[in-house]
Amino acid sequence: MAEFFRHAWRVGSKDLLVEFRSRTAILSAVVFVVLVLMVFNFGRDPTAVAAIDLAPSILWVTFTFAAILALNRAFQLELENQALDGLLLAPISRGSIYLGKLIANLLFVATIEIIGVPLFALFFNVRVLHVAGPLALVIALATIGFVAVGTLFSAMTVRTRFAELLLPVLLLPFMIPPLIWAVIATSQLLADRPLSEALGWLKMLAAYDLIFVLVAFLLFPATVSE
Amino acid sequence: MRLLRAGRWITAIGLVLLAAVFVRAIAFTPIERMQGPAQKIFYIHVPSAIWAETAMILVGLASVFYLFMRDPRLDRFAAASAEVGTVFAAIVLTTGPIWGKPIWGTWWSWDARLTFTLFLFLLYVGYLLLRGAVTDPAARARYSAVLGICGMCLVPFIHFSVYMFRTLHPMPIVLKPSSPSLPGSMLTTFLFSLFVFTLLYVGFVIQRYAMSYLGEQLEAAGGGGEVGHA
Repeated sequence: MAEFFRHAWRVGSKDLLVEFRSRTAILSAVVFVVLVLMVFNFGRDPTAVAAIDLAPSILWVTFTFAAILALNRAFQLELENQALDGLLLAPISRGSIYLGKLIANLLFVATIEIIGVPLFALFFNVRVLHVAGPLALVIALATIGFVAVGTLFSAMTVRTRFAELLLPVLLLPFMIPPLIWAVIATSQLLADRPLSEALGWLKMLAAYDLIFVLVAFLLFPATVSE
Repeated sequence: MRLLRAGRWITAIGLVLLAAVFVRAIAFTPIERMQGPAQKIFYIHVPSAIWAETAMILVGLASVFYLFMRDPRLDRFAAASAEVGTVFAAIVLTTGPIWGKPIWGTWWSWDARLTFTLFLFLLYVGYLLLRGAVTDPAARARYSAVLGICGMCLVPFIHFSVYMFRTLHPMPIVLKPSSPSLPGSMLTTFLFSLFVFTLLYVGFVIQRYAMSYLGEQLEAAGGGGEVGHA
């Protein structure tokens, strides 16, 4: 069991190391987030729509697009020099490969979100500091769910034609339910409602995470077996 | 091929009976008091909706069994069921707004069940797109099975999340714990229509299944990637 997690961590840290050495993907993702936030600013009439009314949508639409970009690159890395075949030949279980990829993707998306939230607060003049804890919980729960599904799907789409287009088409229907709950929970938090009111949505998010992490973990071997 | 012919016959019978459903629904079924003639679309709308959802569940089940047994027949069935399900979902999404305009006063509302069907439709489309994008038949079968299972797992979540919001939709009147509250003649028309749609689903799926089987045979006969004359 400890072996399993160690292998997973190896796979994950390998991806993170590659990312850390080059830093191209994370930088482009962060710049992308800034640009989406800017687009949102010009996409609304500030005299008609208050920033706070639109804030949860802005936050989640930005994260959705950024996460899709991040997920697309997860297995793209492995295509070069048939690195995926090497990974599959390694004497580790397919489950630990999935878990490793999931960890790397989660940390990658989390980095984008950690940079994105302050920028969002700054640009749209939204106070987030007093709800930082609960907001982090909502973001974490929603992110785990859709990154789990996205990691599974990107393993499949990367070896198809038009991979960059197919992933969002497959993934968005799966992202929308957690997105609905996260947006509602976020808007309740930003409106200074107590966390207990958002508890129902958090439970739904947790249930979604549990089921889809498990399902994706079990299905992953079917996407890479030759 | 026998299977293809059987599918054609079932579909043909289904289409003839569908005409009979139209005749019965329009001429021999009473007009609903509140909604007027618009309610008659219900006899097409609801059976399609039932089969659009059932087809997705069947895709999911076939996918689960495919991953265990690796039987290409299951994959062919899943593909056929998904294609037919897409058509039924499209029927639901077109007949719905036609009914919605006179009754709700708007073509589209983000009503719970409407949203649910749209989700279902998009899941189907994604499934078919994925099938189209993978060229290797074995990988295509595995990938689509994975997506089919995920889709099946997603359905209850969509169901929950949309039903948490208020709905403008008529509540179930036939499939509910107490006995159906539909007057007898309407219920007969509805059940008749449901039967016809079941026939159509079966007929379409058999035809689609036989076609993909023939396609595979042709590909195999063509031999190792050569372009054959169909």
